[in-house]
Amino acid sequence: MTDNGQAEAFVEFDRVQKSYDGEVLVVKDLNLSMPKGEFLTMLGPSGSGKTTCLMMLAGFETATHGEIRLNGQEINNIPPHKRGIGMVFQNYALFPHMTVNENLAFPLEVRGMGKSEREAAVKRALDMVQMGEFGNRRPAQLSGGQQQRIALARALVFQPELVLMDEPLGALDKQLREHMQFEITRLAHELGITTVYVTHDQTEALTMSDRVAVFNDGRIQQLAPPDQLYEQPDNSFVAQFIGENNTLDGVVSEIGNGTALVKLSDGSVIDATPVNVSHAGEQTRVSIRPERVEFDMSRLPEGAHTLKAEVKEFVYMGDIFRTRLSVAGNDDFIVKTRNAADQVRLTPGQTVEIGWKPEDCRALDAD
Amino acid sequence: MTAETGAQDALVTADGKPLKAALRAAQARSKRRAFYLVAPLLVFILLTFVAPILQMLHQSIHNDGFTMHEDVISHERTPLMVNLRQWFDENPRGTAPDEAAYAAIAADLLVLREVKAGGQVGTRVNYERSRSRSMFTKAVRRAERLEPPFEAAFMDLDEDWADPELWAAMRSSASAYTMNFYLAAIDKVRAPDGSITNVDEDRALYKKLFGRTLVLSLLITFLTFVLAYPIAHLLATLPLRYSNLLMIFVLLPFWTSLLVRTTSWMVLLQSQGVLNDALVGSGILADENRVQLMYNQAGTVIAMTHILLPFMVLPLYSVMRPINPSYVRAARSLGATSWTAFRRIYFPQTVPGIGAGALLVFILAVGYYITPALVGGADGTLISNLIAYHMTGSLNWSLAAALAGMLLIGILILYWLYDLLVGIDNLKLG
Ligand SMILES: Nc1ncnc2c1ncn2[C@@H]1O[C@H](COP(=O)(O)OP(=O)(O)O)[C@@H](O)[C@H]1O
Ligand SMILES: [Mg+2]
Repeated sequence: MTDNGQAEAFVEFDRVQKSYDGEVLVVKDLNLSMPKGEFLTMLGPSGSGKTTCLMMLAGFETATHGEIRLNGQEINNIPPHKRGIGMVFQNYALFPHMTVNENLAFPLEVRGMGKSEREAAVKRALDMVQMGEFGNRRPAQLSGGQQQRIALARALVFQPELVLMDEPLGALDKQLREHMQFEITRLAHELGITTVYVTHDQTEALTMSDRVAVFNDGRIQQLAPPDQLYEQPDNSFVAQFIGENNTLDGVVSEIGNGTALVKLSDGSVIDATPVNVSHAGEQTRVSIRPERVEFDMSRLPEGAHTLKAEVKEFVYMGDIFRTRLSVAGNDDFIVKTRNAADQVRLTPGQTVEIGWKPEDCRALDAD
Repeated sequence: MTAETGAQDALVTADGKPLKAALRAAQARSKRRAFYLVAPLLVFILLTFVAPILQMLHQSIHNDGFTMHEDVISHERTPLMVNLRQWFDENPRGTAPDEAAYAAIAADLLVLREVKAGGQVGTRVNYERSRSRSMFTKAVRRAERLEPPFEAAFMDLDEDWADPELWAAMRSSASAYTMNFYLAAIDKVRAPDGSITNVDEDRALYKKLFGRTLVLSLLITFLTFVLAYPIAHLLATLPLRYSNLLMIFVLLPFWTSLLVRTTSWMVLLQSQGVLNDALVGSGILADENRVQLMYNQAGTVIAMTHILLPFMVLPLYSVMRPINPSYVRAARSLGATSWTAFRRIYFPQTVPGIGAGALLVFILAVGYYITPALVGGADGTLISNLIAYHMTGSLNWSLAAALAGMLLIGILILYWLYDLLVGIDNLKLG
């Protein structure tokens, strides 16, 4: 094995494609490389191919093309039970005819572990998820959150190096979900497990992951740490999918020096950072986060362009104000401001001046 | 203060009536309405199901052919064999018949002749001892010519009138209520001294048939299980549009007449039939070695397995359909081979369906009648064919009822065992 970074990759997808029916590619040219111990989330709308990727990694679906490698070894033709990958299913898939203890002992039993050893391991795993008292219950006698913990414990009890989770928190209510998000990341980091986590909930992806792979249409649109994903989206799909986002359509009128001027449909001109545009005259869609819009022009750099906007709606939300504006023909332009002592409260119908720093506004593909 | 005492007493409504009584009154109306809704069904079941079964069970222990005659037209009832029955009452079992006994019969024969009940009484005695019916009909014909001394007169008619077995048979027939039909149903008879003995080896029939019915039914149940399990699994896992098509094939037998299905098996199985022709044609069998697949147990087993297959497929399908494929996937990801995943995870979840299907098929097989009658031959007939024979052939309805009663009891015991071992709550019929 060579020592060139390839060796470091623990999980690798190499130009993987997948089609179920020979007509449509559900996964198109997937390339992904994960180091050991990373918590990676696949995020994307429903039907974007996340589960398919996970199933290929677990061995329940075969890749139509390309290689999947685990720890440097190609695993395309290794059956699921020999891959040693822990898995948490969305419906938990706890065996209904077995008690919690039997469920957890199952992976150890099929590995031929002795009885006393097994019992100790089951006990440890149950304690790990704070479910020590529930060993003799049937899954049906547990609440959703408890079942979730057991499913997690069962996926971890045989100490796999890689754990896959397919929307494991989808069926829980909000509060429990937030708690479990924290529990799962804590366990993953404590045990040093490599985790591939699938979700369509962007908050979940941002709060839990080391890196997030945003899926759409069978492709990874962007693979980056959460902050980079939010602040520096690579394209309009990512900008739109992650967090709240304002968009304005226009044409690049000047470009150079890491900044661009974009002429909007109503003739006004704004500053932006070019990301997916390279020359003047190109169609573009600019993206600005609601909290990066300024009402106070003194905070903008010298010579920054500003826009006139009409206030449509003002919503008091406690810690923040949410103001809806009409800007250059876009009636859904949202601005979020902190509820600070000196913050102005706007009234609908009022006309204001807005602006932003050029680096907060990204000129992306026109889509 | 009042609130505290109120909490200790029974709860009352706002106007002071006890809450429980108020609740009962409120519910009575809806309960009554619910009852009216099910009343027609209840009456129907009582009339068409419960009553005939009770009547059948009664018939199995009651037969008054020896003691009572009812005229077909006038419905006038005449007690029969009054004098002989009195003699039986006065003399204990085992007493050799004396002149008084023969005199009693002679008197009774006159009554029989008058109401034309000789055949009826003879038939009843015949159930207990064969060849008795002809003795009775002959004696009734000559009743008026019998004169004392009666013993000699009867010996003149037929030496067999002194046979102790005949006298034991008449004594048994003399009481309308008897367990003798149940004895006959397990190949036992009452000896002249009243003890219970086995019938002769060559006349024992029913135990063997019960045994054969049990074994063949178990075999058929097992075969339907082996065939139905993969079919049901396929039905449950195929995409809906294919599984619907396959389901039609499973249900197709239900839409054709049972008789048609059985006769088509006859076409297939007979020694000049399709199957044998194919085997001979393809050179697997020589023409003179055609296999006998019909008029024996093989025929019964093959045809009944096919006919009862849907009753196994449907309960299995209904438990398999809702089993999420992620269970097996979870087992596989946890390190189980596909065989272990099947054995430990999938199979146990289908057990309620297996129980239901097996119970259904077994109970149907035990009582099956037409198919064994048509393709079973002498070797492949089941107990129900014997019941049918006694119903329509020998007209020994009491024995038929006793055999059916034994079958019913056997099935109830099985059902009870099933409940004990698997639990009837786990039964999933669909
Ligand atoms: N077993 C299957 N057979 C055929 N098509 C499938 C199958 N599983 C998924 N698909 C299709 O593949 C696409 C991606 O599905 P999936 O990977 O489940 O997406 P996601 O998990 O992101 O919602 C969908 O269009 C879905 O209809
Ligand atoms: Mg999915």
